[in-house]
Amino acid sequence: MNLVQILFYIMAFITLGSALVVAISGNLVRSIFMFFVTLFGLAGLYVLALADFVAVTQIVIYVGGILVLILFAFMLSGKEALATAQQQTNRFISLSNAPAFLLAALFLVVMLNVVFKADVNNLPWVKVAIETKNVVPVDGTGINDIGVNLMTRYLLPFEVISVLLMIALVGAAHLSRKEAIRT
Amino acid sequence: MITLNDFMIVSVVLFCIGLFIIVSKKNAIQILIGIELMLNAAILNLVAFGKYDRANNGGQMFALFAIVLAAATTAVALAIILNVYRQYRTINPDKVNQLKD
Repeated sequence: MNLVQILFYIMAFITLGSALVVAISGNLVRSIFMFFVTLFGLAGLYVLALADFVAVTQIVIYVGGILVLILFAFMLSGKEALATAQQQTNRFISLSNAPAFLLAALFLVVMLNVVFKADVNNLPWVKVAIETKNVVPVDGTGINDIGVNLMTRYLLPFEVISVLLMIALVGAAHLSRKEAIRT
Repeated sequence: MITLNDFMIVSVVLFCIGLFIIVSKKNAIQILIGIELMLNAAILNLVAFGKYDRANNGGQMFALFAIVLAAATTAVALAIILNVYRQYRTINPDKVNQLKD
């Protein structure tokens, strides 16, 4: 049990625990802020999977962008949203939540079964990658490969996604604009 | 050594929590958070497998693209939620039940 493993378990515990709090708590504000903790825990897990650039992107985009957007939408949708969130004091296993709980639990059983049956540690291509030293290095030089690949192999998806982001921004601004004259 | 199995188990549990949130919550913003949790579970898998692909970096690259896509989706979804609130004065998806103005 080395340090990396202990860190992994701490991060996994933080992530899953805060995600559970998001699921259980009836208070909307509390669940938004616990979602924040979940995203940080996930960023830690990405670092442990040797993807530091993805972890930083996760923090910048999710925490800096999406979470602020969600908070704004929450505040703009007024007190009424808060009131409905408060009066819905659902216990984790109340009668109205029973179908959702059952669905999630059954899905969990099925997918855990799939994971254990798949035996991902012994996949052929993973073994080949370990043999040919095709593993992301621990010393942080993996980010060089990301830069080179982004500008060569993945240039087309990169450009396409930039156009898509532009369209989404314009679309969101258009949708949320106040309509002065209704036609 | 952390194995791929550990990452996959974490992401499976996260996915199921997201599913639970989506089905059980009565607030559009919380449902959006559930969708984000499911997306993050998928991204965690991409990143975990991307560790074994140094030459092409497929996993990490598509994790980045998925994060950007999630940001775009959230922006549009929140704009739609605001419009729905303006129209119906509620963001409970169960109460939004007519197509006409």
